[in-house]
Amino acid sequence: MNLDLTDDQIALRDGIRSLLAGRFGADRIRAGFDRALFAELAEAGVFSLIADGFTWSDAVIVFEQLGEACVPGPLVGSFLVGDGRITGVVERAAGESHVTVEHLDMLDALVVIDGPGMATLDATTISGPTSDWPLDPLTPVTRVALPAGLEASGADAAEWMRRGAVLTAAFALGMAQRLTESSVAYAKERNQFDRPIGSFQAIKHVLADMAVRVEIGRAAVYAAGAYLDAPELESGEPGGLARAVSVAKVMAGEAAVRNGKDAVQVHGGMGFTWEVDVHLYLKRAWVLETHFGGVDAHCDALVALI
Amino acid sequence: MRRPARVVGSLAAAMDLRPSDADEAFRSRLREWLAVELPKLAPMPHREAWPERRRFDTDWQKRLFDGGYAGLHWPKEYGGQGASPTEQLVFFEETTRARAPYVGVNFVGTLHAGPTLIEEGSDDQKRAHLPQILRGDEVWCQGFSEPNAGSDLASLRTRAERDGDDYVLNGQKIWCSFGHIADVGEFLVRTDPDAPKHRGISWLILPMNLPGIEIRPIKTVLGSREFCEVFLTDVRVPVANRVGAENDGWRVTNVTLKYERGTAFVSELIDSLRLCADVAPLVRDVAHRRELGRCYADFDALWSLTKRNVSQAERGTPGPGAMMIKLAYTEARQRFGELCLRVLDRDALHIDGNELVEERLRTLALTIAAGASQIQRNIISERVLGLPREPR
Repeated sequence: MNLDLTDDQIALRDGIRSLLAGRFGADRIRAGFDRALFAELAEAGVFSLIADGFTWSDAVIVFEQLGEACVPGPLVGSFLVGDGRITGVVERAAGESHVTVEHLDMLDALVVIDGPGMATLDATTISGPTSDWPLDPLTPVTRVALPAGLEASGADAAEWMRRGAVLTAAFALGMAQRLTESSVAYAKERNQFDRPIGSFQAIKHVLADMAVRVEIGRAAVYAAGAYLDAPELESGEPGGLARAVSVAKVMAGEAAVRNGKDAVQVHGGMGFTWEVDVHLYLKRAWVLETHFGGVDAHCDALVALI
Repeated sequence: MRRPARVVGSLAAAMDLRPSDADEAFRSRLREWLAVELPKLAPMPHREAWPERRRFDTDWQKRLFDGGYAGLHWPKEYGGQGASPTEQLVFFEETTRARAPYVGVNFVGTLHAGPTLIEEGSDDQKRAHLPQILRGDEVWCQGFSEPNAGSDLASLRTRAERDGDDYVLNGQKIWCSFGHIADVGEFLVRTDPDAPKHRGISWLILPMNLPGIEIRPIKTVLGSREFCEVFLTDVRVPVANRVGAENDGWRVTNVTLKYERGTAFVSELIDSLRLCADVAPLVRDVAHRRELGRCYADFDALWSLTKRNVSQAERGTPGPGAMMIKLAYTEARQRFGELCLRVLDRDALHIDGNELVEERLRTLALTIAAGASQIQRNIISERVLGLPREPR
């Protein structure tokens, strides 16, 4: 049993981190997702990790770093399809004729998860009105009508939901981590009442809670990654893999949203500005809550397992 | 452009939740032993029948000793098992699942005083106490807190004045668990009132039957009496009962922290997961149901964090998680307790035979004892995050 990074995984994490720091600085992130960004990540091997022989717990480490940098784009779908197509994922609520698709202009394919089945559409054949004021400025959204008679089939949907939830949780975990770091740094340098605001318990206790959410979320996410690699563990504990996936999505998703909210608070008035990155993280955290099941859906799923 | 495949040297071992063969062998041996021993136990005594509770808990300790499970985390040379952190995890997991007795009155001796003596005690002190603690022949209590020294423990004022080969103790201690049935206590006393507060403290072994010791039980919110106040009036203790150097007691107290490998709340966590399963069939309201899932996620994630802490301890690279379990678990447990009361509704109005209500009351202490949540947040923000100290 080991839930700590191995030396190889530390090297992997540091390699991805320095790649992202070197090529994907704040300006590049704020420029949003495009084909050039996709090509660079693909060239670095981000979307072909599994084919290259890496494990799911390695993939988790890479997505955690992508989250720390708040890299925009349909990263999880493109990873899961794994054939070089820029791929979005959308879940269709029962009976709905329309869905809200992210990054439609950049997509090659769109996977529609519909109940227990899924369908893959050619994204270039789909269109609709694109919002001129999306919640997350780095996640453009388009309202599209699904083709009539869409046939969702195959047993892959459940697997996509599990893997997608874990990678999304890893991304959210990275965001929660970076939000903690930036808030701690701000609290150390911002002075009021003649001392750093980080010396006041009213502030430092908020920061401690942020750090705790990250560590718990990290344990849950790493455990889920390890379960994806060893699904035979399912036999022992109740729910096994499904439980680990839901716990990871709940804990990391909530850590990102709550740390985002707390980061705005700690940054004070600056936290409400467009200039400071905090809002980009909080808004993305809200976006991710709509991917592969949010806190409520996964809490409900957990009760069904216990 | 570097591919990750070239960033890393190999694609060897990743994180892995599969147990080792050694741990599984330990687990199956323990399971067999528990299956034989647990049916032999006398029925659990009434919670206020203190002599019987002492007998029950020390009988269990004796059985652990005979079975080769006492002092699991103690070094072998002192009669312990020198078990690995993962074996300790398995032990807590299996004993809790089998509903074996908790450590109970043996808590201070096996988990705190014993390890302190191993690290800091003289040979005579080790000989006089360590085997007795392991066999369940000696029960310890703790005399650290005082009415005016709680979170600020180092401000303690119980005086120990040197008189020949004795110290003469005067003062008052509080929150002394099992003080009324203990044989010996680990006591922190002030031996230098003029030194800075952390540097004038000494650690003493105090036989609880000495003249001048008066013990008064305190009734808790449960109506039970496991806590005591201890009044010390001209109590004479041999200087030979001091552990470590004079005025070095603060450091002596902290050496036991190295025995803490993040396993302190394992039993509580496993039990919390069981309680979630016990509550599930009682839940009818959809919001309660969802909240139960949320509580379960907390406990399950903390169980993963425990495994991660143990992994890091085994690799010799402890992470910040070990400092966070206490805060996170105790707060989560209180949240779960509130849910239980809402689920039970008016069935929560009696405690007898109602484990969930009794637990709601018991767990009120968790966020206060052994470093209140507010102190935990100070520690995390200062030691993990490097924030400046609160102005004081």
